[in-house]
Amino acid sequence: MPRAKSEEYPLIWFAASACTGCSVSALNSVSPTIKNVLIDEVIPGKHINLRYHATIMAGQGDAVIEEMEQTSENRKGGYILVVEGAIPTAAKGIYGVLGEKEGKPIPMVSRLEHLSQNALAIIAVGTCAAFGGIAAGAPNPSGCIGVDQFLKQRNISVPLVNIPGCPPHPDWFVGTVAGILLKGLPKPEELDEHKRPKAFYGKLIHENCPRRAYFEEGKFAKKFGQPGCLNELGCKGPVTYADCPLRLWNHGTNWCIGAGGSCIGCVEPGFPDLLAPFYQKLTDDALPNVGQEKQKGGLD
Amino acid sequence: MAKIVIDPVTRIEGHLKIEVVVEGGKVKDTRSSGMLFRGLEIILRGRDPRDAQRYTQRICGVCPTSHSTAATLNLDSAFGIADKIPDNGRVMRNLILGAAHIADHILHFYHLAALDYVDVTKVLKYEGNNPVLNSVKAFAERGELGPFVPRYEGDYRLSDAANIEALAHYVKALEMRRKGQEMLSLFGGKIPHDCSIVPGGVTEVPTVDKIASFLWRLNELRDFIDQVYLPDVLMVAEAYSDYFQIGAGCGNLLSYGSFDLDGKNADLTSRERLMKQGTTSKDLNLGKLDTNKITEQVKHSWYEDLTSDRHPASGETRPDTKKKTAYSWIKSPRYEGKVYEVGPLARVMVTYASGHPTVKTLVDSTLSRFKASPKAMFSVLGRHAARALYTKLLADSMPAWLLQLKPGEPAYIDYEIPEASTGMGLVDGARGALGHWIEVKDKKIANYQCVVPSTWNLSPRDDKEQPGPVEQALIGTKVKDENNPFEIVRIVRSFDPCIACAVHLITPRGSTLGQFRVS
Repeated sequence: MPRAKSEEYPLIWFAASACTGCSVSALNSVSPTIKNVLIDEVIPGKHINLRYHATIMAGQGDAVIEEMEQTSENRKGGYILVVEGAIPTAAKGIYGVLGEKEGKPIPMVSRLEHLSQNALAIIAVGTCAAFGGIAAGAPNPSGCIGVDQFLKQRNISVPLVNIPGCPPHPDWFVGTVAGILLKGLPKPEELDEHKRPKAFYGKLIHENCPRRAYFEEGKFAKKFGQPGCLNELGCKGPVTYADCPLRLWNHGTNWCIGAGGSCIGCVEPGFPDLLAPFYQKLTDDALPNVGQEKQKGGLD
Repeated sequence: MAKIVIDPVTRIEGHLKIEVVVEGGKVKDTRSSGMLFRGLEIILRGRDPRDAQRYTQRICGVCPTSHSTAATLNLDSAFGIADKIPDNGRVMRNLILGAAHIADHILHFYHLAALDYVDVTKVLKYEGNNPVLNSVKAFAERGELGPFVPRYEGDYRLSDAANIEALAHYVKALEMRRKGQEMLSLFGGKIPHDCSIVPGGVTEVPTVDKIASFLWRLNELRDFIDQVYLPDVLMVAEAYSDYFQIGAGCGNLLSYGSFDLDGKNADLTSRERLMKQGTTSKDLNLGKLDTNKITEQVKHSWYEDLTSDRHPASGETRPDTKKKTAYSWIKSPRYEGKVYEVGPLARVMVTYASGHPTVKTLVDSTLSRFKASPKAMFSVLGRHAARALYTKLLADSMPAWLLQLKPGEPAYIDYEIPEASTGMGLVDGARGALGHWIEVKDKKIANYQCVVPSTWNLSPRDDKEQPGPVEQALIGTKVKDENNPFEIVRIVRSFDPCIACAVHLITPRGSTLGQFRVS
């Protein structure tokens, strides 16, 4: 059966200081499924070619490192680099190494430097890769930073899209990839000042929360399991920009506030330190710290 | 003498490097070295104790619910409410954890382990009408086989038809594990990183629509486990039956038990659970769990020797990077000073040793197909079989739990955070015995220690030079082809290593690297 040649988009998924939660979340994509994304033409005439992902690829050892290096060399400017996890920069990166050359371990920072320079674009998946996240929680002993800061420190100029979340919703990642295949890289005006696609991170959780009416009426849950706005139980919905209340999670089965659990603001650059303690009510003092900055970029 | 270096070991959680020395065709020596330092325990100090549930989940995105469960049990005990959790809360916690384990074990067999046994390139020979297989065939015909090649070549033993069917199941299993996570989310809020399990119970309330939605996802998963997962494990076991004799390991097994069947006993070491607490070994005698017998040794880890051989509750993390005897950031947890393996094999065999009739039937009937004795469970295939049999037992237990839920009744009780207190949370997570310990001072976390399954299994040599469980499973193994050392990766993956767990906890810095080093 003759087939039109399908356009290939090689993709390298690099895990740095990660917990693999972002990968697991991506596996939860419903439509398209992860099989559609990796095996089929996820957009007619175009397909992803996953060249490296340590959690799912068949091979191991030198052979897969070679695959990654060759993709970077042979497909210069032609592959998408996905980074999961923060980048440990302390002590010249010895806290995170991957593979070795002549018996010496290669720090992730130097691998990422090469991979970034040669990439068509970078998608920072998850709050750790975008902003440092949990890995950079105080006292941040390994000097973890996000991709944006990493690129700036090294004067590397490659288009970057941040898809934060701990983990991000699979639609946010798959939707961003599909967008790139359909119509190219997102335009600057499609991203907020934290390089997040406004399509997913444009509105406050609080704005679309089904418990918002309780807030307006001053009805607040005093303990878990009660109806009412979760503000007094520490909900960070009023300072968090994401479409969770409309999109819902895990095939629409539920979401944090839907389950009576408070939002912890996991998509925000200040996560976790500016958002914690998670179960303490936001104070007026806390709001400007976290919210003011967001309000510049999120709503327009 | 040949040195084999595998870096990274893929299809596990985290980054892992293995080096083994092969002499006369056999593994002569190997060392397991965790090389990181991230330090969730240090990051937790001084924080609100309740936040531990959220932080510790982020140690690992593959098994977050095991951590949220252990953290919550730990906080329940520190807050003095371990015997006061409403039944709705206890049962929902079981359902959330159960859903996590089912999804996780399906993922492990099909997406992490199976590619060591199944040759997916045989799909090129497929001539039928299955649209899924034809789409994978079209993918293969494009000639870009990532992520399925490169790979080890040689020892693939299944027939073409069996390989092709297993590939169809690989794709189906992607959908089934996803549905397991959806089931979890019904009561857990979302996953990875659930939000509803909290000290005092669960924030979600059971409703009839959620119960029905959970039940029918569960029924679909049970059909998959019975009709696909278990038969596939047996199919692999028949083709690779020599792996009942490979990778035996240390022979001692430890389980903390899981799934509380009674919420009124505050003592987690004797609480009635579906999977039993205790120890066993090849003699299959049951030993009572005594957490006072747990110590962490550091002779071969980069920590000051004076912190060695302490109980986790009084554990300290004092790095010593210059230590000559050290080769790992992972400490060596030991029980009564002996090496113990944890995981599905441990919880199944401890429950077997307790005389649990269903578990005995499941294990004995499986072994009888291979004319094998229970000793054969101590092997690569034994670990896969135990994982699958446990998944069945668990899934079959869950419909009755769903019917115990009482819509309209509470799932949560309130509490006061004490000024000062200590706590312990024990649960068998997906990968085995998981313990969290906390010390609360001034209503803040003064000390938080976790001893996680992969720390037990991937631990280096201890103060008495006893190699850790994975090290013991590797030593003495025959390696047929040093360029394609299937034996090594099949053994390591049978333990389902979680390097993020093993190293992030113990150590306060770094990223995700584990290493096996040869002396």
